[in-house]
Amino acid sequence: MSDGGPRPLIAVPVFPGSNDDRDAAHALDLLGAHARRVWHDESELPEGTAGVVLPGGFSYGDYLRCGAIARFSPVMRAVEAFAAGGGLVLGICNGFQILTEAGLLPGTLRQNRSLEFVCRDLRLVVERNDSPFTSRCEPGQTITIPVKHGDGCWFATPDQVAELDAAGQLLVRYAPGENPNGAVADVAGVCNEAGNVFGLMPHPEHAVDALLGSTDGGLILGSLVDAARLSAAVLR
Amino acid sequence: MKVTVLIRPKDGILDPQGQAVEGSLRHLGFALRRAHVGRLVEIELDSTDAAEARAEVARMCEQLLANTLIESYEIEIDGQGHG
Repeated sequence: MSDGGPRPLIAVPVFPGSNDDRDAAHALDLLGAHARRVWHDESELPEGTAGVVLPGGFSYGDYLRCGAIARFSPVMRAVEAFAAGGGLVLGICNGFQILTEAGLLPGTLRQNRSLEFVCRDLRLVVERNDSPFTSRCEPGQTITIPVKHGDGCWFATPDQVAELDAAGQLLVRYAPGENPNGAVADVAGVCNEAGNVFGLMPHPEHAVDALLGSTDGGLILGSLVDAARLSAAVLR
Repeated sequence: MKVTVLIRPKDGILDPQGQAVEGSLRHLGFALRRAHVGRLVEIELDSTDAAEARAEVARMCEQLLANTLIESYEIEIDGQGHG
């Protein structure tokens, strides 16, 4: 798979306490990628890596703050270097928390305003589709994907939010009335300035089979697979 | 040397845990203005130099212990007070 074959290699780092890595790998395989799970102790990503998905879960028991300890894992240095070279990186839920702690994404994720763990399908609005993570969506499209988190309340200062909004980095928002956690500006997903790193609280990997109620997650993960297939930032 | 770090939500940052505790205390009949919930970290260092220890623990706070976007920290050395 390192020879630019039709299935792009997507690395899925696994931290102690990750629990969505198998679902993420399964969904990516289903959508045309070749997913490979990589233990957190590895200091390099596999040769041929064309994308990275940081999975959900409770890395390091969520001790101190969610994602605060995982960001210092050896594999995260490799992910940071990959992202710095323009590599595509998606963080889902705990993966999103890790990316904000690592400073790869703006803002931070705090405990839900309700103090309750939320677990349900909800509607999201995809603001733009000129991103490697949303190209299979229509701009303004409403999609249904589940959330399951206790610490998903995205926070940034009003000035930051205004800047990110103007720069088009607030890619996905909770649909009106759906915000499950008190996130400012209803933000469910945000990307970095360059657009190659994206974090999302809802779980697209749990919505790729009609048996489970929705296949809309495939719109997000499939976009990533499409982009990874064409990406110039592949590890050699 | 023992160092205590107190980490608090910054002023003006929504503190739902503090609000829940505040509500429960009121429910129990206590009169209070506000409650905030933070975190306490105790650290033992080999250093015997208070200034050095304070600087070292400040680096720990900046790198790991606090998220300075939403939290402030206070360092207390062996009962020598805050800083």
